[in-house]
Amino acid sequence: MNISILFALILAIIIVTMAIAVLVVKKIKTAVLVSGVVSLLASIVYLLLASPDVAMTEAAIGSGLTTIIFFYVLNKMRSSDV
Amino acid sequence: MFKKLFIIAIVAGFAVLLWSYLRHYSERTTLNDLSTYYVDNTAHEIGAANVVTAIVVTYRGFDTLGEVTILFVSASLIAMFLKSMGKEKSRNARPASLILVTAQKLLFPLILLFGVYIFINGHLTPGGGFQGGSVIATGFLLWLMANPEGHVPQNLLNTIESISGFGYVAAGLFGLILGLGFLDNRFMGLGTLGHLFSAGVIPVIYSFIGLKVGAELSNVLHHLNEIQNEE
Repeated sequence: MNISILFALILAIIIVTMAIAVLVVKKIKTAVLVSGVVSLLASIVYLLLASPDVAMTEAAIGSGLTTIIFFYVLNKMRSSDV
Repeated sequence: MFKKLFIIAIVAGFAVLLWSYLRHYSERTTLNDLSTYYVDNTAHEIGAANVVTAIVVTYRGFDTLGEVTILFVSASLIAMFLKSMGKEKSRNARPASLILVTAQKLLFPLILLFGVYIFINGHLTPGGGFQGGSVIATGFLLWLMANPEGHVPQNLLNTIESISGFGYVAAGLFGLILGLGFLDNRFMGLGTLGHLFSAGVIPVIYSFIGLKVGAELSNVLHHLNEIQNEE
């Protein structure tokens, strides 16, 4: 078995575990951060599967912008609702 | 109880679907017909060293125009809904930490430069307008986190966005008039394969897309930052 395929498999197992953790975890901040890490690891998997364009987009948008947008909206909801 | 059963049924359905796909899966050793066409003809038809870019900008250029339109509409809607109501109160935000401010001063120009590099070299190396634009927006996000109360040149962002959108459609129309069809890249001369000034109008279009996406995403982030100040 190819070494990069083995690496991708290990990453895939970590991604699935973290994706389940997002659903289970109690604090919403932790859930947002963990989903950002899922995107970051997914971008490495895309790179191993020879699609660097998608990896770039996933790293910039999935783990960078979306996480911060979630935090902005969470902050706004907490200050206006309660 | 019923809801949980429903979810389990849906997950089991997906498992069956994926299993039936996996059972017949075998890795392709040859390209299929369409891919063979692209690989054989991109170099002399389009002149781009990056086949993915040739497909995205020229062969499937209309789809890219649609994507840009979708992004434009969603950014405009966000700007419409999150328009600040004028009753701003000072947030008295904690000043950003020294490490963040210092690192931002060093990294912000470098990240912008990297984004520009990605979209200018879109026809040679992996990447392109969307990737470069989102990298630029990430750099702007770093700046915004270091200066949450800083002045954002919003008119400049809007102007860049409008000019780039107009330029993209204008380049497509020039292709229709001077070349063979809408978004045809061959009216500017293909140049030498692998050089920076090659592949006709593709670098110009990708620069427009990169600037447009970067300005739009930065505008969205700016609006989201702005409403944090409101009551």
